[in-house]
Amino acid sequence: MKRYLTFLWDCFRLSFVGDWRYHAWMTALTLVALGGVYAYCHQFVHGLAVSGMTDQVSWGMYIANFTYLVGLAAAAAMLVIPVYVYRNLHLHDVVIFGELLAVSVIVMCLLFVMVDLGRPDRFHHLLLRFNFPISMLTWDVIALNGYLLLNLHICGYLIYCAYCGREPSKKFYIPFVFIAIAWAISIHTVTAFLYVGLGGRPFWNSAIIAPRFLASAFAAGPAFIILTLQIVRHFTSHKVSNDALFTLRRIVQVALIINLFLLLCELFTEFYADTHHIASAQYLFLGLHGYNALVPWIWTAIAMNVAATTLFMLPLSRALKTLNIACVLAIVGIWIEKGMGLIVPAFIPSPLGEIVEYSPTLHETMICLGIWAFGLLVYTILVRVSVPVLAGQVTYAHHWSRPRQEPAAPVAAPVPENT
Amino acid sequence: MAQADTPRRPNPASAGAGAVSRRGFLGKSAAAAAGLAALAAAMSPLRHLKEGDLPSVEDFLQKHYKEMTAAQKARALERIRERVRARHRVEAVVTDPPPMDGVEYVYGLNISRCIGCRKCVHACVAENNQSRAPELQYIRVLEMEKGSIDVETANHHYTPPLVPRPDKWYMPVQCHQCANPPCVKVCPVEATWQEPDGITVIDYDWCIGCRYCEAACPYWARRFNFAEPLIPGDAINPKISYLSNRPREKGVMEKCTFCLHRTRVGRLPACLEVCPTGSRKFGNVLDPNSEVHYILKHKRVFVLKADVGTLPRFFYYFDERGSRYHDPIEPGPVHATGEGA
Repeated sequence: MKRYLTFLWDCFRLSFVGDWRYHAWMTALTLVALGGVYAYCHQFVHGLAVSGMTDQVSWGMYIANFTYLVGLAAAAAMLVIPVYVYRNLHLHDVVIFGELLAVSVIVMCLLFVMVDLGRPDRFHHLLLRFNFPISMLTWDVIALNGYLLLNLHICGYLIYCAYCGREPSKKFYIPFVFIAIAWAISIHTVTAFLYVGLGGRPFWNSAIIAPRFLASAFAAGPAFIILTLQIVRHFTSHKVSNDALFTLRRIVQVALIINLFLLLCELFTEFYADTHHIASAQYLFLGLHGYNALVPWIWTAIAMNVAATTLFMLPLSRALKTLNIACVLAIVGIWIEKGMGLIVPAFIPSPLGEIVEYSPTLHETMICLGIWAFGLLVYTILVRVSVPVLAGQVTYAHHWSRPRQEPAAPVAAPVPENT
Repeated sequence: MAQADTPRRPNPASAGAGAVSRRGFLGKSAAAAAGLAALAAAMSPLRHLKEGDLPSVEDFLQKHYKEMTAAQKARALERIRERVRARHRVEAVVTDPPPMDGVEYVYGLNISRCIGCRKCVHACVAENNQSRAPELQYIRVLEMEKGSIDVETANHHYTPPLVPRPDKWYMPVQCHQCANPPCVKVCPVEATWQEPDGITVIDYDWCIGCRYCEAACPYWARRFNFAEPLIPGDAINPKISYLSNRPREKGVMEKCTFCLHRTRVGRLPACLEVCPTGSRKFGNVLDPNSEVHYILKHKRVFVLKADVGTLPRFFYYFDERGSRYHDPIEPGPVHATGEGA
């Protein structure tokens, strides 16, 4: 117990240690996160009326970001599967970064759900009357929290073992790794079922949504991890091989192609049949009765996805610069496609045929940015702490061999905000 | 990121060996103070919270409607009365009428007669203490194009000086009190359920405001309180009940309850009572002598969006004769005319 507390204390200290760039980055993230806190307090006082949502479009950016992030979290499985199922050792040393990403992203997901609630003070009602298994939302609560715990356990155990300087015992984490793989697929499937199960929303009521979710998640997630790994490699002593990046590139390639294919299937079904059910799709892609707020967004997303797919397919993207551009295109393209492109149009037109458009307000945007900043803050700390611990530079033995010593205090660091 | 890992400082734990310098201590304290000040500034909007905005301990511990004992329920009703007095300066009569045995309510709407005057909309708002600002209404009257029942061609915001317009017909939509309600299915906390008399209700004190039910409803019958509902004091209807028309708070869902505080004690819904054309019919479908029973048996009846399979208890029907579209036809057989001259 004492050893564990020492571990937590060392991690806490370590998270404040770094050069000026680290401090500048953390300070910037903290400020954006505090901006989110400010906007949320405003929303808490005045209600969700400060958002752009209405009775017609009753879910907006919060749920859109939530959906996208669930996919990002599930993508950790795309690192784990090659290593533990196919024994691809290129990725072995970087699996932990995927799992840490899953932890911080699930935290963001839970925050996005919390800020979307009209009565966050009644959150405990979930514990008292849980409409399981009828409500898909309860499935999602279980799936997300379970996934968070699984990944916390796996990462926490491996890092703590490194801290204690002992070999991790396989039976304490390998079974959980395999459960986490199935669980990763399930979090995204269950999240898709939230929408798919609604008969009154023809835009969502389609079996292809869940596979499309997974395909886009397995493109955007590994793309995000490619960028992260390059940052880790650049700023820390952690070894990340080019082969690891190229293995991920292959995964993104395949996922992007499947994603585009599924999109094509959906577009064909909707527009060739041309039934009344395409009103939402028509609004999204072409505009409906002169309303077309989402049209520029979705075509930007499709252009980005096509460009990303092309770049990933070409040998050009074996150059890391090009790979980075392709990754950014895929991440942003899929974010728009899943956010603006999947959540909002299902509400337009309303079930009674009314067209009310949606655009996020300043407060809503600040809350979203704040949660993103907080998530990145958590991820930065997790990576920053785990790199030296896993490298054996920070251990329990070290701590007691030099008692009452501080970890390196930054000499001339900008103000670290400790929130 | 982790410059601590460079050769200059190979091990964070071994560096900075100069113990706690005064400068370091002052710097850290200043940083901590700045952080706390920034957090306090960020949370400053909370100072606008009014008394009663946060739940009291008793509110927090209140049980789900179905789990309350008789004493707890009485106490809950009493608290509602106190809150209405404090907020609206009105002495309310708070009841909780139970469903009656052997009763299943259905609602019929005669589209041959409806003239789209929206009197039902406003009677409903007054009866059920709906927010006036932002404006919240349970009934939406659609002005339909002749020759179409497609809601996507409907006009929601028609404003002619006189109704009905000759080339239109009118279809009011409100909660259909479905027998297979998707809104009830999706609620994660069971804050909404179907009562034995067929009315789907909400425990406003249990709803967490996730708006999943609003996304699930195919009839757009549910409304969310995006802001604190505003009702002028003299506009409050003081006869209120727990499951229907008591004033709501921000952040919760609400919907039509067939005016259960009236209908469960033998009265008719407010929207029906105000209708100048007699287009609205309400009653117990299990009673073979009821008007709704007769209509379902003898008239041309349809339900909206039958394809979504929610089995509505709200139906539309039309008259074969005597509608606003035809002059009353003389009773008795009309003589057939011959084929030729």
